[in-house]
Amino acid sequence: MIKIEKLHKSYPIGKDALHVLKGINLHIKEGEFVSIMGSSGSGKSTLLNIVGLLDEHDEGDYFLNGQLIKNLNEKKAAILRNKFLGFVFQSFNLISYKTALENVALPLYYKGMKRKERLIVAMDYLDKVGLKDWANHLPNELSGGQKQRVAIARALVTKPKVVLADEPTGALDSTTSDAVMDLLKDINNEGMTVFVITHEEEIAAQTSRIVRLKDGVIISDELTKVAKAI
Amino acid sequence: MFDIDRWREIFQSINKNRLRSVMSGFTVAFAILLFTLLFGIVSGLSNSFNSAFNDDAKNSMKVRVWKTSKPYKGLQTGRRIQLSNEEYNYVKDEYANKIEYQTARIYKNFTIKFKNEVNNYNIRAVNPDHQFLEKTIIDEGRYLNESDLKGKSKVIVIGRLVKKDLFGEKQALGKRVNVNGSSFLIIGIFSDEGGDNEERIAYIPVSTAQMMYGNNDHISQILLGYNPGLNLNAAIAFGHKMERDLRKKMNIHPDDQSALSVQNMAEANKGVGMFMGALYAIVILVGSGTLIAGIIGISNIMIFVIKERTKEFGIRKALGAKPASIVGMVVQESVLITTIAGYLGLSLGTYILTLIGDSLEEDYFIKDPSVSPIIVLGATVVLVASGLIAGYLPAKKAANIKPIVALRAD
Repeated sequence: MIKIEKLHKSYPIGKDALHVLKGINLHIKEGEFVSIMGSSGSGKSTLLNIVGLLDEHDEGDYFLNGQLIKNLNEKKAAILRNKFLGFVFQSFNLISYKTALENVALPLYYKGMKRKERLIVAMDYLDKVGLKDWANHLPNELSGGQKQRVAIARALVTKPKVVLADEPTGALDSTTSDAVMDLLKDINNEGMTVFVITHEEEIAAQTSRIVRLKDGVIISDELTKVAKAI
Repeated sequence: MFDIDRWREIFQSINKNRLRSVMSGFTVAFAILLFTLLFGIVSGLSNSFNSAFNDDAKNSMKVRVWKTSKPYKGLQTGRRIQLSNEEYNYVKDEYANKIEYQTARIYKNFTIKFKNEVNNYNIRAVNPDHQFLEKTIIDEGRYLNESDLKGKSKVIVIGRLVKKDLFGEKQALGKRVNVNGSSFLIIGIFSDEGGDNEERIAYIPVSTAQMMYGNNDHISQILLGYNPGLNLNAAIAFGHKMERDLRKKMNIHPDDQSALSVQNMAEANKGVGMFMGALYAIVILVGSGTLIAGIIGISNIMIFVIKERTKEFGIRKALGAKPASIVGMVVQESVLITTIAGYLGLSLGTYILTLIGDSLEEDYFIKDPSVSPIIVLGATVVLVASGLIAGYLPAKKAANIKPIVALRAD
């Protein structure tokens, strides 16, 4: 599903360049539940942004669903994101003036689905995350956990190949964190590839494969007990 | 391309951000309001000037004579000058290609009597061309024609109010009236935009008057309409030349204004034209300044708005929005706000102008102030264009920010 070879990325800072990713090789198969661990500055967010087509890499090859990602313009990237990827962000990133339902339905709008149809589909997914009764509430009327569940519903609504979650529990307490992780597990059990970034061991332990990143290189890549148990 | 979902998005965004939408709309509405008022008031002034001259043809000239005020070639001061058919024909032959209409005019004041109704009226003895120079409007029958003149017919064309005085609502056309003791046939009834005084008069053929009242070939005035093909300067030059030629012919001192003068509408028109031109130039300058200020105002607000929404755009792009769809959304919103606000300003301005109406005519010479459809159309184009520009430039910039950068924005 995701194949990365000798990936490099650096950011210009004044005259110098900050070398963030230094030759990453990573292969994630369809249906895997992977977590990327690393302290801040290890390059894990950069990796996710590149995988999510929100940022471009400098060197190396990146294949998404067998397609080489190279010289994408914004339009092509937007189409690929809409088709293959779902995002869950640490800060939820819901649109504040839209209701939960409208937020979930938004990716379907960009997909070109009719309004009636997409509201039905969006309601389905809100039901899946247990927020059917909150459909007409604005984000600021929801708790952090509820917001993140709305965001997850929004990430799933287009039936993407990969769900990318950037510190999905970073802004949540432990109880709601567990609920969100359970949701992600369910999604994975349905066959979707889930790619989580975290710096919390307990969160990573709930995934089936942990990739550890330090200073822009992968230092370990191993299956967890969860995976072995299966 | 009508996209109901796009409009839904836009109305939602406007509705959820009412203050900023109203603020940006207000700038435009105010600019257009000022522009409309300015333009309307100047057009009102222009209307006043135009209607002041509307009674007569714009290209009219008048040859007037009185007494000499300067001695010339041994002739004394105070000599009375009399125009006659000789001068009339001289003008006609000499300047044929510069003249569109020509008529003589003799002033008389007679009683007109029909049955028991009798009244005193000003009577003008004229040639057929007089109709065009005075802009006489024939309501019934016809005006004087060449055969009336040749035959020295005793026919009369009476004004609307003369008819009203003598006949009331009854038929007047074809009836005979008694003019100063002679019987005249009514061949036409006319009206005139020059006001009541111009409709309480009557016209008879100049030849008839010359035969009946004095049996000479005297005339009081010569009225001309210069060829409309002449520009103002040529027309003014023509007036001066005719004045010189006639003075020379009639042994009048070349500078004797009192004895013979040519009153030329072209000179008045030139003055008014220059004045109105200057006024319009000022209005266009000030008006476009106001409009530009309004456009800059909305551009500023749009830049701010788009900065505020950068993160939202980032989210939308992460969810699959193409840059074009974001630019399109912002531009459409901006055009919508400017157009609606602009029309509010325009309607309010037009409404105020209608309220003013003719109430300022007496004191300020502002008559029926209004804006022409062309101005309205032009303003619409400017509004839509400014909305486009105000929205497009910053939106284009925002849409091209990488989503990762946009998402980081606060």
